[in-house]
Amino acid sequence: MKQENPEKRAPRYRRTRARRIIRNSALSFLPRRIGLRHRILISFGAGAMILSAVLAITTYGFTRSSFVQQRETAEINQSFANAKRVQNDLLADPTDVIGALEQFGSAQRLVYFDGVWTSNSKNFTQADIPAPLKTRVITDLRAANMIVDHAQSTALIVGIPLEKVNAVYFELESLRQTQDALRSVLIALLLSGAITTAVGIGLGLLVSGRTVKPLVQAAQAAKAIAQGRFDTRLETTQDRDLQALTTAFNDMVETLQTRVERDARFTSDVSHELRSPLMTLAASAQVMHSRRDELPERSQAALDLLIGDVTRFQGLVEDLLEISRFDAGAIRLIKEPLVLIEFLRQAIGVSSLPRTDIVYESASEHILVQGDKRRLARVFANLIDNARIHSGGKPKIVIQLANDNSTMSHVWVIVEDDGSGLIDGEEEKIFERFSRGGSAGQRAGSEGAGLGLALAAEHVALHSGSIWAENRSDGIRGARFIVELEVFKPNTVPEKSPPIAEAST
Amino acid sequence: MTIRVLTVEDDERIRASVKLALEDEGWVVYEAPTGEDAITIFQSSPADVVLIDIMLPGIDGFELCRTIRKMSDVPIVMVTARIDTHDVVAGLEAGADDYLTKPFAPKELSARIRALLRRVRPSAPGHSKLVFGNLEIIPDEGKVTLDGKEVPLTKTEFRLLCELAHDPNGVFSREVLLDKVWGHGYFGDGRLVDVHIRRLRMKVEVDPAEPTHVVTVRGLGYRLQS
Repeated sequence: MKQENPEKRAPRYRRTRARRIIRNSALSFLPRRIGLRHRILISFGAGAMILSAVLAITTYGFTRSSFVQQRETAEINQSFANAKRVQNDLLADPTDVIGALEQFGSAQRLVYFDGVWTSNSKNFTQADIPAPLKTRVITDLRAANMIVDHAQSTALIVGIPLEKVNAVYFELESLRQTQDALRSVLIALLLSGAITTAVGIGLGLLVSGRTVKPLVQAAQAAKAIAQGRFDTRLETTQDRDLQALTTAFNDMVETLQTRVERDARFTSDVSHELRSPLMTLAASAQVMHSRRDELPERSQAALDLLIGDVTRFQGLVEDLLEISRFDAGAIRLIKEPLVLIEFLRQAIGVSSLPRTDIVYESASEHILVQGDKRRLARVFANLIDNARIHSGGKPKIVIQLANDNSTMSHVWVIVEDDGSGLIDGEEEKIFERFSRGGSAGQRAGSEGAGLGLALAAEHVALHSGSIWAENRSDGIRGARFIVELEVFKPNTVPEKSPPIAEAST
Repeated sequence: MTIRVLTVEDDERIRASVKLALEDEGWVVYEAPTGEDAITIFQSSPADVVLIDIMLPGIDGFELCRTIRKMSDVPIVMVTARIDTHDVVAGLEAGADDYLTKPFAPKELSARIRALLRRVRPSAPGHSKLVFGNLEIIPDEGKVTLDGKEVPLTKTEFRLLCELAHDPNGVFSREVLLDKVWGHGYFGDGRLVDVHIRRLRMKVEVDPAEPTHVVTVRGLGYRLQS
């Protein structure tokens, strides 16, 4: 059932009332225009990334220092041993420097002996030794070592003075292997970091999905309630945190339902209570009316007023009752297939202008619609009444197939008048309850309670149709009200036996 | 003929005003504020038509309907608050012939009553007895027999049956039946026909679930056949 926007019903009350808004503070360090789901996702992803980065950096740092140190120490020790052998060789045969350098090991060596630099490798010359190391070893005669970039890799150079032969020994050991091992560690760490981050994001997805799910459900429920399905409730849950939300939500709906039902019942009760006195009034007025001729002229005039208003009062009470049924969702349509043209003729027959013209093409002659004939007749009677009150002239009914379909699935019944037309922005307002429209001043007397169009809109909606109003577009001043109804095609539904008008909502 | 109406209504003022209005038609009105009173009054002074408000203190309108139905075939008009509740169907099932919703115009009430009290269309000469297999109708005597045994029908059921019998094998739409039997126009309630057909079948069919006489013509209406 279509539920009216509450804003529409009691505008003054609602508009001046300040709203209490409770801000949501979940993960509020992230900008709010990012959705909660994404905020959770980002938090999880970033968290995992930062954590794995810290872990990787510390692991790498520790591994690197212990690894490199170990290697250096071993290398330096080895160099001292090598230097000792070179010194011994030179002591034995000072002429064969090359032989002394080449007799063992794979390390690249360099000896400064007798003012001559001798190397066992082209790749290791005195130019490769940084000046500070040279100074320290050659000038200060102190053993020293240094890590240098050598041949696109890192290498350790150890310099040892050979005091007994008055020479200086340098040894270069490539640290490429260590470097490679460290790179492998780094790659492994980066990879695991990436995996951790991905897992974090995955977890975030899962968690955000689970976190947002109850919110999505609550949103759906709220939507259903807004559409008038007050029996909607959130499923109860074992989750303690969610329970608070579920319980609060359900309590709210319960309260709302009670209130709406109470309001509807009140209107209904009032209308029902009014029926009995109305009944007496109507019957008594009729008795007087049958003796109208016996009354003096002034009493006749008073009686006419009385009868007129009793009728109006009856109409109003009927309308209020119908409205309260809408609000309570208690309308049960008695639907049956209706031949549209015949139905409209009959509907016009019971309206205040029984001779209103119907304009239609022969194609529309056999159109059927499915509807509650008494309620649907009220729609058109109300539209004709409205047109009569506003135009004072003769309204006209036009039947045509809906503009935008070739399947002939919908038909338009248009009630057209030549009155003053609609004021801009009035097109929707006129369907509100007790709305009198901008052109209220032009109303004939005080006729109509302003419920007619609201009721028409509710009835049309119940018939799965649409209703709207616009100004005439054919150059003539006036308004037109369009009721769009679905065309009923009997062969599309299983044939039923004279369709028993079983009440259906 | 002076029509006697028994009106059962607990609201004294409504009763009084309806009485005034119906007396203007030249009819006699008996009043009963409760169902119990109505039964007592009906036993001592039979009415031609009974008007029952559903909402009664003590025994309710449905119960009163059933009680009176057991005693008589008198037409009963039920007064209900709404047309779209189950009240209408329940009332008709309980034996009411027609219904009105409050507040109604007394003119409408008298029109309904006149329609319910219409006489059966006189039978054509030479056709005083209509035979549909094991179902025989004698319109002039208001008598119906099934397998030779007399079937008790209410006045409205009888008029409905005669209407169907008037054109054997002709199909009658609900609208036509509403007009002929109840005098209702286009906006009459089709449920009146449906419930009465159901009631009729209970009486004139050997197996009401598999009707052979009062049959449904899909999408069109009803037909009476042998």
